[in-house]
Amino acid sequence: MRKGMLIDTTICVGCQACEEACREKNSLPECNQSDLSACKFTKVFERGEYYVRKMCMHCLEPACASVCPVGALRKLEEGPVVYDEDKCIGCRYCMQACPFQIPTYEWSKALPRVRKCWFCYDRVLVGEQPACAAECPTGATLFGNREDLLAEARRRIVESPDQYQKHIFGEREVGGTSMLYLAAVPFEQIGFKSGLIEKPLPLLTWAVLSKLPDFVLVGGTLLGGVAWIINRRMTLEEERIQQAKLGGNRDAKSRNTLSRLLGRLGKD
Amino acid sequence: MIKKLIQRMTFWKLVLATIFLMGLYISYVRFFKGLGASTGLSDKFPWGLWVGFDVLCGVGLAAGGFTITLVVHVFNLKKYKPILPATVLSAFLGYLLVNAGLLFDIGRPYRVWHPLIMWNPHSVMFEVAWCVMLYTAVLSMEFSPLVFERLNWEKPKKIVKSITIPLVILGFILSSLHQSSLGTVFLIVPGRLHPLWYSPILPLMFFTSAIATGLSMVIFESYLSRRAFKKRLELDLLSGLGRVICVVLAVYFVLKMKDLYNRGALAFLLDGSHESKMFALEMVFGVVVPLILFSQRKVRESQGGLFIASLMVVLGFVINRLNVSITGMLRSSGVNYFPSWMEIGATVFLVAVGFALFAAAVKYLPVFPKEEANAEREFAYLTPKRANSIGSLTAEAEAKP
Repeated sequence: MRKGMLIDTTICVGCQACEEACREKNSLPECNQSDLSACKFTKVFERGEYYVRKMCMHCLEPACASVCPVGALRKLEEGPVVYDEDKCIGCRYCMQACPFQIPTYEWSKALPRVRKCWFCYDRVLVGEQPACAAECPTGATLFGNREDLLAEARRRIVESPDQYQKHIFGEREVGGTSMLYLAAVPFEQIGFKSGLIEKPLPLLTWAVLSKLPDFVLVGGTLLGGVAWIINRRMTLEEERIQQAKLGGNRDAKSRNTLSRLLGRLGKD
Repeated sequence: MIKKLIQRMTFWKLVLATIFLMGLYISYVRFFKGLGASTGLSDKFPWGLWVGFDVLCGVGLAAGGFTITLVVHVFNLKKYKPILPATVLSAFLGYLLVNAGLLFDIGRPYRVWHPLIMWNPHSVMFEVAWCVMLYTAVLSMEFSPLVFERLNWEKPKKIVKSITIPLVILGFILSSLHQSSLGTVFLIVPGRLHPLWYSPILPLMFFTSAIATGLSMVIFESYLSRRAFKKRLELDLLSGLGRVICVVLAVYFVLKMKDLYNRGALAFLLDGSHESKMFALEMVFGVVVPLILFSQRKVRESQGGLFIASLMVVLGFVINRLNVSITGMLRSSGVNYFPSWMEIGATVFLVAVGFALFAAAVKYLPVFPKEEANAEREFAYLTPKRANSIGSLTAEAEAKP
């Protein structure tokens, strides 16, 4: 079953217990960064009268995992997008490709790693909830099956239509995310990216990449054919010259029938 | 002793020595202190000058290699053969520098070989990595006959020559994949790359502009080599290239404008933003003006005219790649980025190494044709004059009973 979390920004009181729980769970150092960073996987932002927690969205079709040249980032069936630091070469394409600008880098280290929330996958895989959800005192962060959480979100919207926007952020954005958000005001007003497409981003590059084998085969054959035709014509022409020079002596034709047929593969 | 040494030091050698020392220092900081200490990059702006210039531009500027080899070996336009070795050499050096630039840029350079065994065919970067590796290998093979010739190794030279055409075709396919895939890299950032540049046909645009630029680089290098090494290169050959560049630029211009129209993005051209100015700069300076210049016979037939026009194409290309990778990404990133002095310094260092290697290769390898007369004799049968004489020879032969 695909897991997820429902974050209800109308309930969050900004106590930052999730930040602390995350720091302990991942043994991160204390740090005062203004945004997510290599030492902060989740952060609560004050947006007007609401608090919004930011972390990896764990997309259903993650751009980061699709662009990683060595497959260091991987989407688990259970939901988490995880990272194998032994594979990573540090090209940072994941950071560039992420529509939410989530992955961070250990810029100050000589041998840096990509850092981001891993959805406490060690706990999720054995059916426990992530550290942040376990510590949340108000239930603003709720862990569960993504389908159940979607149903719950819809229920809340239907039950108190005045309190919620009719929009579950993460239901459809970039093909859907494991993290789902509810809000009382339009999401752009509380710092969410707007204008995200609903199509999973990896499809954009795959549309080109999937055609490459055809391109290689057709292109190679075409160029091979062109080379054959033109070179054979040149070979014949040269022969004519030779022949003409030698006064029409037929024996002076090319010594090698095969090379005449194919044109010359090698050149001088 | 020291006096003598100083006398032998020319101004440019001194400049080169300074750049090398700076390069060594920057390399030390980069590899021992990390990217944070050496670059202006941040979590919100992870790709900067090293990707934008060293990789994107380096690959594009080497594009003369695959176009000229294709034209000479597959389309058999022997006319262009004299510039082939210099073109292959610069493409080879270009790719070596791209590799070096990548080693500077990636966080764990000693794992650069990982894509060989850890596959992810869904990743454009995976394709890019393979193209870089394979095409560098192909280029070194295309380049190797010059070395073998110098060493008088007949056998290996013969072996490489015997597979020239498959090698050239492979090289063409790999580099057209590579050129276009650098555009595909940015297909995954819709909504982040400014709409003036984000387009579903980015791969095609990168490919087209790379061809125009690769050919312009051939003219540019020929001109510089001529001045620096006193080597002669035929003007009619380069003005032929100028005509081709003119056509490619025209195609590129139509592609760009029609694409803006198709996506309804023409309005962004006139909104007066920083992006619109940079886009206008790249298009007017790098495409429209050289397009007009190259279309003039007077320009195509003068050394200086060809040089200026091709220099503009090259600079316009560099602006375009930096626009896609930096200018167009800035607004959505929410942060500011300007390359640190070390990023600029490392780039200057790598380019200087390239120039030094080029000079060394010209000095020690038969890069430029030795005698014009020789070359002329070799290709004489292609010229009309000779064709006439063939005609008369044939007539003579036929006349003989």
